[in-house]
Amino acid sequence: MGTSLQPTLYLTVNGEKREVPAPDVRATLLDTLRERLGLTGAKKGCDRGECGACTVHLDGRRVLSCLTLAVAAQDADVVTVEGLATDGELHAMQRAFLDHDAFQCGFCTPGQLMSAVACVREGRAGSPDEIREWMSGNLCRCAAYPQITAAIADVAERAAENESTPAESGGGRS
Amino acid sequence: MKEFTYVKAPDMAAALTALRRPGAQLVAGGTELLNWLKDGIEAPDHLVDITGLPLTAVDVGPHGRLRVGALARMSDLAAHPEVARERPVLAQSLLLAASPQLRNMATIGGNLQQRTRCPYFRADTPLPCNKRTPGAGCAALQADDTAQHAIFGWTQECAATHPSDLAVALAALDATILISGPGGERRVPADAFHLTPEEAEPRRHTVLAPDELITGVEVPARPSARLSHYLKVRQRASYEFAVVSAAVALELTAGDTIGSVRIALGGVAHRPWRLTAAEEALRGTELADTDALRAAVAISFADARPLPGNGYKVELAQRAAVRALRAAARPEAPDVHRAGANGGPR
Repeated sequence: MGTSLQPTLYLTVNGEKREVPAPDVRATLLDTLRERLGLTGAKKGCDRGECGACTVHLDGRRVLSCLTLAVAAQDADVVTVEGLATDGELHAMQRAFLDHDAFQCGFCTPGQLMSAVACVREGRAGSPDEIREWMSGNLCRCAAYPQITAAIADVAERAAENESTPAESGGGRS
Repeated sequence: MKEFTYVKAPDMAAALTALRRPGAQLVAGGTELLNWLKDGIEAPDHLVDITGLPLTAVDVGPHGRLRVGALARMSDLAAHPEVARERPVLAQSLLLAASPQLRNMATIGGNLQQRTRCPYFRADTPLPCNKRTPGAGCAALQADDTAQHAIFGWTQECAATHPSDLAVALAALDATILISGPGGERRVPADAFHLTPEEAEPRRHTVLAPDELITGVEVPARPSARLSHYLKVRQRASYEFAVVSAAVALELTAGDTIGSVRIALGGVAHRPWRLTAAEEALRGTELADTDALRAAVAISFADARPLPGNGYKVELAQRAAVRALRAAARPEAPDVHRAGANGGPR
């Protein structure tokens, strides 16, 4: 097809090399993850970069997969919510979301989790105000914001404590 | 979405050659282009991905001049220690824009090429819009649905505003946009990059030709850059475009008297709107003299032309300019929450 750069698209997702045969260059990373690779964790909310439900990590940075062409992500490391847990062990942020009841319907949760992990890593989770500002790109129609903020603050506090002791901090690939 | 070919340009020459093909369109961060494709605002035959070009550096040159590559991401420029310290208005304009995810993706060159947020321009089903289809008319003006529209530099053809916070800050800093094209390189002042419908047909958003690309931005070293501030007034506390915004860079003489100042406004025109008459009048004014500040700023609003829906912007923009002037004179560590809270309507 004239629309393809090459017969097969190769993506690195959650540490695995994945093949997408006969790719459409118009496909977003979000659609490719969901429809070609069976990774339905990232959600299609607005599909225009406004709601954050499709948030994934690209080379360690949180981005919106609905505004990323899959073909442009070939050289990058993609991590989705499916890649957060390691060896069946939930990521500290996933555990905190459960502990704090940080969701109702759960649709925005994968994006919230990916954004939250990045928020702590960026050092932008120092106070509830700071968390709200730096999580502003993730909308929650159920308005679980207070619980989401509490979960992130909890993880950030424990990460800070771990930093001041030699203990290894928990958490997955991302 | 129409089919297109995709090529990742290996170098500048290849990018410029690829851009000369009819139907070619450039893509970098993708945060604007992907939405244009989805909404039918653009339907290119060929996409030219320029993210492989070596244009990501942020360099502080001799005498403090700042040079920013067009492909530097908004988040990287905002986090650059020199930018936050020496040019607060720049860091603030970036951190008050979009969301962390979008700032990780969007480039400096792309930010300046954002198109208007006018809902009729952005409609996914075609509505009368002279920016989308020349001669189609303007649904916003026909319906008096103009709360978000311009109070300066508009015509009966189009009253859209440009949405870039960064462009407004760059105008206050007297920055230059660096452009490459088939004819070589050229430099355009930041406040002359966007085109108002008074200057060109609404279809044209900026001075950039289809076969040109932005390579970077140069910000001169000026004492005024340190005393600078970006004030953004929004309808939400965060993650929203400006209703109006004000960028100020000023120099103080003895005590708290204004020596020289540059003021640019966002949300009032289809380009960063300089208050040049006010800038003149503000020389020698005491910062503590609120009435004098207000009177000086008001001079630049004598020719404001509010529309039926946006008369409030005339007062709001003047107040924003006065507040930004006073905030610029009291530099503090950039703190996006305070800036966000300050930017909210009162």
